Amino acid sequence: MASVSDIKETFFQECDDLLEALNDGLIQIGGQGSPTEVDSETINAIFRAVHSIKGGAAAFRFNALVDFAHAYENTLDAMRAGRLGVTQDLSDLLQRAADHLADHVRAARTGEDLAPSSGTDLLARLSASLSNQGVSNNQDEAPPEFAPLALSFDLGLGLGDDTLSGRKKWRIGFAPAAGFLESGNDPVHILRELAGLGDLDARPNLNRLPALDDLDPEILLLDWQIDLEGALCEDDIRQAFDFVADLCKLEITSLQEVTFAAPAHLPASDAPPAAPLPSVTGPATAAPTPRASLRVDTDHVDRLINLVGELVINQSVLSRSVHEAGLAGQPTLAAGLSDLRNLSREIQEGVMSIRAQPVKPLFQRMARIVRDASDLAGKRVEFLTLGEGTDVDKTVIEQLVDPLTHMVRNAIDHGLETPEARLAAGKPEAGKVRLSAAHRSGRVVIEVSDDGGGINRPKVLHIAQSKGLIAPDATLSDADIDALLFLPGFSTASSVTSLSGRGVGLDVVKSAIRRLGGRLTVASTPGQGTTMSISLPLTLAVLDGMVIEVAGETMVVPIAAIAQTLQPAPDEIDHLGMGSGGMVVRLRDRFIPIVDLGCLLGFRNVAIAPDKMVLLIVETDTGAICALAVDAIHDQQQVVIKGLEANYGRVPFVAAATILGNGRIALILDPEDIIGFDAKAQATLSEKEDLPCLP
Amino acid sequence: MSAMTSAMPEPNRPDISRSEPPQSAANMMEVVTFRVGDQEYCVDIMVVREIRGWTLPTSLPHAPPYVLGVMNLRGTVVPLVDVSARLDLGPSSPDPRHVVIIAMVAEQIVGFLVSAVSRVLSIPRSAIQPAPELAGRPSGPSPAGLIATPEGLLRLIDMGALLPPAGHRISA
Repeated sequence: MASVSDIKETFFQECDDLLEALNDGLIQIGGQGSPTEVDSETINAIFRAVHSIKGGAAAFRFNALVDFAHAYENTLDAMRAGRLGVTQDLSDLLQRAADHLADHVRAARTGEDLAPSSGTDLLARLSASLSNQGVSNNQDEAPPEFAPLALSFDLGLGLGDDTLSGRKKWRIGFAPAAGFLESGNDPVHILRELAGLGDLDARPNLNRLPALDDLDPEILLLDWQIDLEGALCEDDIRQAFDFVADLCKLEITSLQEVTFAAPAHLPASDAPPAAPLPSVTGPATAAPTPRASLRVDTDHVDRLINLVGELVINQSVLSRSVHEAGLAGQPTLAAGLSDLRNLSREIQEGVMSIRAQPVKPLFQRMARIVRDASDLAGKRVEFLTLGEGTDVDKTVIEQLVDPLTHMVRNAIDHGLETPEARLAAGKPEAGKVRLSAAHRSGRVVIEVSDDGGGINRPKVLHIAQSKGLIAPDATLSDADIDALLFLPGFSTASSVTSLSGRGVGLDVVKSAIRRLGGRLTVASTPGQGTTMSISLPLTLAVLDGMVIEVAGETMVVPIAAIAQTLQPAPDEIDHLGMGSGGMVVRLRDRFIPIVDLGCLLGFRNVAIAPDKMVLLIVETDTGAICALAVDAIHDQQQVVIKGLEANYGRVPFVAAATILGNGRIALILDPEDIIGFDAKAQATLSEKEDLPCLP
Repeated sequence: MSAMTSAMPEPNRPDISRSEPPQSAANMMEVVTFRVGDQEYCVDIMVVREIRGWTLPTSLPHAPPYVLGVMNLRGTVVPLVDVSARLDLGPSSPDPRHVVIIAMVAEQIVGFLVSAVSRVLSIPRSAIQPAPELAGRPSGPSPAGLIATPEGLLRLIDMGALLPPAGHRISA
């Protein structure tokens, strides 16, 4: 049996959906050209969402939430009744109230208390919006915390609300002709069909039944009075009787207009008195956006993903063995194998997509960040979103919240100019911030772009120089200058604002994105704006890897970390003194230390000869760089990530493992760890006796 | 619903707690016996998941010498411990005739390379003697107990003791 906490959790999950529906509706209101002409259905949808949240919250006694939702609802109700016209101000107020409602829901979920003062301003504005219209509102003076306001489900739950939610009550008089059964029809089927349309209450009239001895089972002497309640119209009901229309008398009346009207032709006088109408369940039960969805434990899905990964590997092992056995020429075998391969790929894609969710909720959260940030920065911002339906792995979405928040704030705070500067530049006062998501060649690309002044490169350069991040006389390309933004501790804001400028900046964003196996790039045109792009793998379970060979072992290096690969010419490699024990490679006038992977991992004692080595230039977020010497580069491929830690523990220099097409395990290296170790090793190497790898 | 259930009288059930479990089952232990080199060992059957043939593992960097690497057990990455090396009997030179005992030890799935698996034995717990402390014994875990069988000495091994000590890390 579901415990209270389960039910609560369900309520909060519904709240998420309802808040999403609420935001959808608000966007429609805000987005309509003439704000006074707002679709009444949209307002109804918004009202329903708020009302449903209130109803559920009341059941769990989340009083603060209920109070606020109620005040909100009052304003919406006035709009619904046409007493309140939609203006830009009102639309803005509704949006902010929705934000605050979401805060309340979150507070109720986590059990924390919102600051008592929070929301009083909004409550005042909400009630002011009503008093402007001369609508009386009992809640006006009540402070939000003032405890048990008499809020309950019967508030405003008249029949009107039923029409609102699309639910109607119908009374159907159904009197089959005596020969009804002869045609092979059965009233049970019809009643069942009706029951599928809504809440059914069917009462048979037994008056015409003769004594049992006289009963002819083939003649139908029953008729029914049926009450049906649901979101349906008369045609829906008539459809159920389509096949028997000429075999029965049918009378359909809406109970909204008629409180009690037994069809005249029915001998209804002795029928049991109509039961009092069931107490209205209220719009709270009518989900505003019925989405056919299934809530499944993520563990189940992950297990499935794991198993399917195995299936794919098994399939490739099988097909390899068939090949090696020289059987590949057998047409039926070859065809069967190729079918198996296609099937397993399809299953894999299907299973992977279970974890995927649209980025829409994430984007809606960002809409709120934009509102808050534009208030603080004193800039008007027009926020556009594109590709909200793009599916991304659920875990990725969760982990994108912080970096994306930072990027959006950054776009408003640093990207957009002040309103005066914009006007002076001949741009509209309101700046544009655009958030878009799209699938591009097997990856998800999320972009935050603004139409601001672009990166002020001279300023960036100056700051980097004054902070000692680069040499005073360094000459850098535009791209190099843009990359300075991602250096730790870099912040261009001249004054520390509450939005950004605390020195925690894009470097944090960059490492967060990299942890997700993604890349962050920036493009900027002076005077026209800046675009930051995040490119992510479709799922965290898969990684783009470079398959390499080191001392006979096959390994994988995440491509996200690889800046470049090269086969160095002998004169590009320099040996440093024996004391430091290493070699460096010259790359565009920069000396990069070479780390022999085989030695580092303890697979061999002597480094590979310089003329045989292939170098992978890997880079960390902090700009640390090194060249990994490997024996060979085989292939680039997407590999499924398998944890090592559960059964063994952490392995130095190794992030995870994967299983290759031949069924063997390959280790996925952790470049951060390698570079970090190498830096330490450089510092202490001369003191160590068991020097690895002296060439 | 719940009111109805509580109103129902508790059905009379036979008191099964009185009949004691048979003497033998409680005091017997089932073990899987295996050979490492020329020594006979055994392990509690409850930790054994399955027994597989040897396949070439993937080496792990900076692992102790007795950790041969990791192997693919139907998609799970499983470390492989050379029991012979771990018990200081010298490293095995594994070939496909060697056998891997897959065991569940402290929530970890681990493979143990042994020379051969012999049989399943039921032994009385009272027959297990504590292993004597041996002076000058080489390092490595000692058996959890000794069992004298008609065929010779059987060493009871606690697989958990064969794992690398916790926190084994390369010292950077």
